[in-house]
Amino acid sequence: MVNQIFFLYFSAVIVASSLLAITRRNVMHGVLFMLLLFFHIAGLYLFLNAEFISAVQIIVYAGAIMVLFLFVIMLLNLREDFSKKQFIGTWPIGLLVSCGVLMVILVSMVVITIGAKGVWGIEQIGRVTQTVAVGTVLYTKYLFPFEVASLVLLVAIIGAIVLAKKRLN
Amino acid sequence: MIPLNWYMWLSGIVFCIGIFGFVTRRNIIIMLLSIEIMFNGVNISLVALSHYLEDLAGQVMVFFIIAVAAAEAAIGLALVILLFRNKETITVDDLNELKG
Repeated sequence: MVNQIFFLYFSAVIVASSLLAITRRNVMHGVLFMLLLFFHIAGLYLFLNAEFISAVQIIVYAGAIMVLFLFVIMLLNLREDFSKKQFIGTWPIGLLVSCGVLMVILVSMVVITIGAKGVWGIEQIGRVTQTVAVGTVLYTKYLFPFEVASLVLLVAIIGAIVLAKKRLN
Repeated sequence: MIPLNWYMWLSGIVFCIGIFGFVTRRNIIIMLLSIEIMFNGVNISLVALSHYLEDLAGQVMVFFIIAVAAAEAAIGLALVILLFRNKETITVDDLNELKG
């Protein structure tokens, strides 16, 4: 009962803040609503016994990515532009498309069947602690994707510097 | 115990809000934020499935998605700075050199 009340609170705030984030005219307000969204998603992860992912969500998403967005918005000195329309003229079509995708997802949830369970049950994770469990899987079975992720980050760093640097002379 | 379907429905709703924001807004920063919302919708379903299937592969996938999201935000914001420096605008409709 308490679980369900907390789940409903978190999901209500997640849906409301994501709707507010994409409909505000001021970009700064949108980013602040995104910050609220990320903290509530991190709270939802704690329900699912994913403490490590919850901490990564707060540190990387709320701490790094959103601060990067805030930096860029403040650097560009964007003013609220009332001459531009907030949405495109054909926004009902966008609403129709996203509602259609939502219907497909909801209908496919009804017929979903759960496959075989893995070995990392809650007792097994509790025996070795959650971070050790995630690290064990990450550095053995998923070692190659992990190295590829580091390469992706390296390319992103170099690309961002090359794109954003000022031209000499 | 919360049913798995609740998490999947929440994830679908958040993903579709991201789609709606991406196709209807023309501010490039809001469009990047919509992509982040879509990533988060997928992450919710992966973590929920990882918990209910008792398999940590879902959480490892979320780890990779967060790494890719960080890379995407860095590149995207570099492009935003570049656009603003050259064109003094971040509205996508004003960028029509390619006449698409």
